[in-house]
Amino acid sequence: MKRSLLFPVLLIVLIVTAVFSMTLGKYPLPLSDITGFFLYKILGVGSIDPEQHSLLGNLLMDIRFPRILAAILIGASLSVSGAAFQAMFVNPLVSPGLLGVLAGASFGAALGMVFSKSWVAVQICTLLFGFVAVLIAVGIAKIHKGNTILLLVLGGVISGALFTSFLSIIKYIADPYNQLPAIVQWLMGGLSMVDRKLLVITGIPQVLSIILITLFSGYLNALSMGDEQARALGIPVELVRTLLIFLATVMSALTVVIAGMIAWVGLIIPHVARMFVGPDNKVLIPASALIGAIYLIVVDDVSRMLFNVEIPIGITTSLIGIPFFAIMLKKAKRGWG
Amino acid sequence: MSHISIKNISFGYTKKIVLSGINLDIASGEIITLLGPNGCGKSTLIKLMLGLHRPGEGNICLDGVDISRLGSKTIARAIAYVPQIHRSYFPYTVMDIVLMGRIPHKTFFYRYSKEDINIAHDAMERLSISHLAERPYTELSGGERQLAVVARAIAQGARTLIMDEPATGLDYGNQLCLLEEIIRLSQEGYTFIKSTHSPEHALWVADRAIMIKNGTIMADGKCDQIINSENLFHLYNARVNVMWVNNAFQICVPHAVSDCEQSSNGTDRKKAFVIHDRSQDLTQ
Repeated sequence: MKRSLLFPVLLIVLIVTAVFSMTLGKYPLPLSDITGFFLYKILGVGSIDPEQHSLLGNLLMDIRFPRILAAILIGASLSVSGAAFQAMFVNPLVSPGLLGVLAGASFGAALGMVFSKSWVAVQICTLLFGFVAVLIAVGIAKIHKGNTILLLVLGGVISGALFTSFLSIIKYIADPYNQLPAIVQWLMGGLSMVDRKLLVITGIPQVLSIILITLFSGYLNALSMGDEQARALGIPVELVRTLLIFLATVMSALTVVIAGMIAWVGLIIPHVARMFVGPDNKVLIPASALIGAIYLIVVDDVSRMLFNVEIPIGITTSLIGIPFFAIMLKKAKRGWG
Repeated sequence: MSHISIKNISFGYTKKIVLSGINLDIASGEIITLLGPNGCGKSTLIKLMLGLHRPGEGNICLDGVDISRLGSKTIARAIAYVPQIHRSYFPYTVMDIVLMGRIPHKTFFYRYSKEDINIAHDAMERLSISHLAERPYTELSGGERQLAVVARAIAQGARTLIMDEPATGLDYGNQLCLLEEIIRLSQEGYTFIKSTHSPEHALWVADRAIMIKNGTIMADGKCDQIINSENLFHLYNARVNVMWVNNAFQICVPHAVSDCEQSSNGTDRKKAFVIHDRSQDLTQ
């Protein structure tokens, strides 16, 4: 597809998917009601019966719209940090959890659920331990001298394993009737806890991080040639990498704050995007953001609609993602030669 | 004034001293070959010249200015790096790769201009790889990949190319092709500093060879003067005859082969190979 056409097309697909998803739910809404509501709400055109208005307001503004917006933010964040990590670690099989951020954040969430009654405390704890895990990984890489990329990967493996064990401890000591099921369900991921206030607080840093990573995407191209070549091209590799790791950590940890663990998106979507637009990160990063957003809206629709009970979205992303990845390998492999 | 001047540098990673007391003056337009056994410090010297490492002692000057005082982009506009043939995991087109050479001329949020694209096309044209422009780098042969990276160096605007074993891993034909391009570009005024494991490559294309052993310069001079049996034995612990052919050029032939030619009548050469007892050499 022509590059100039790609972004408008993706944007339209995103909007159509988002609007269509608003019609879906236990209480199906015809498209005309939704457009009518938004026309009235935003432009003041037309008129709506007050009872209908409060019902639509509740359904759309408090439940479906925040949920779809959360799917957009999470899909874009995970995909962009995945694409950035794949370039900067010169490895197309890397995912956003590489440096332990998801393990750390999960531990933080579980810790908060066991020791605090306040949901805000849980969220702060999630974000905090996401960062602690990445700091440990980076710290391990810093104290040893040698191939920085390799050491970071090893640091991430160690830090991820550490926080996974810590999480097991928390699960073990948690009250098995109330806390343990809550922790397990939270870790499977879900968008049902989303509210507008949380979206504003988490959305702003996520959108800023996506914009900043897009600005640095040209440097990502050079980084994906390996450290030495990037430095020989005049790029301050350590500085750029530290900044990008920070931004990716903010984005990924916040996805856990909003919706728990959502697997596979950050690994698969950059591959899908690369199939459409090629490996140039200047195009790949924004394309990953849009495709990731569309993907997560659709997956969330499936989670909500497929059965009477909502399926945790982490399970759906894995179940859709894994076979898809297996099929796609053949095509993606071409670039790994 | 010499183009690159290295004054008394020493360098070590944590404990181990890798290079000590290195002095070098490199003029514009020279082709210099670094020779030395594995782990002698060739690659380290290359990284120091690129400004990727800071020397522990001494300094390196680029056109009279200490490179530790120059920004990394300023260095990149003068000196380009051609690594050993490498695999990319991402199918960038050759055009993408060559355009990366324009990064040192840009701020961090850059867009390629028409001019950048023209420069990239020119660079590919000069290496006769324009037909590869839209091919994915990952599908090229090793030789084509190296030419793409040399084209990137040209697009970078650098007049000095530092190459770390650029021919290693290439097949024979591609090695010769790369060496020919080096000769051609040096005639246009480019300076080359390259390391190799093949003394013959130095004899064929380089003006000057620098032999490095145990982190110091063992010999530095014109190739036909210093690449000889004695120096190669000291450098690599290898017994080699360096012979003149037609009084025009030199080749290296291992003793095992050249001695056997003298001693055999050509019918049963295998048996006549003279294999030296290397255990004596190792104790030296």
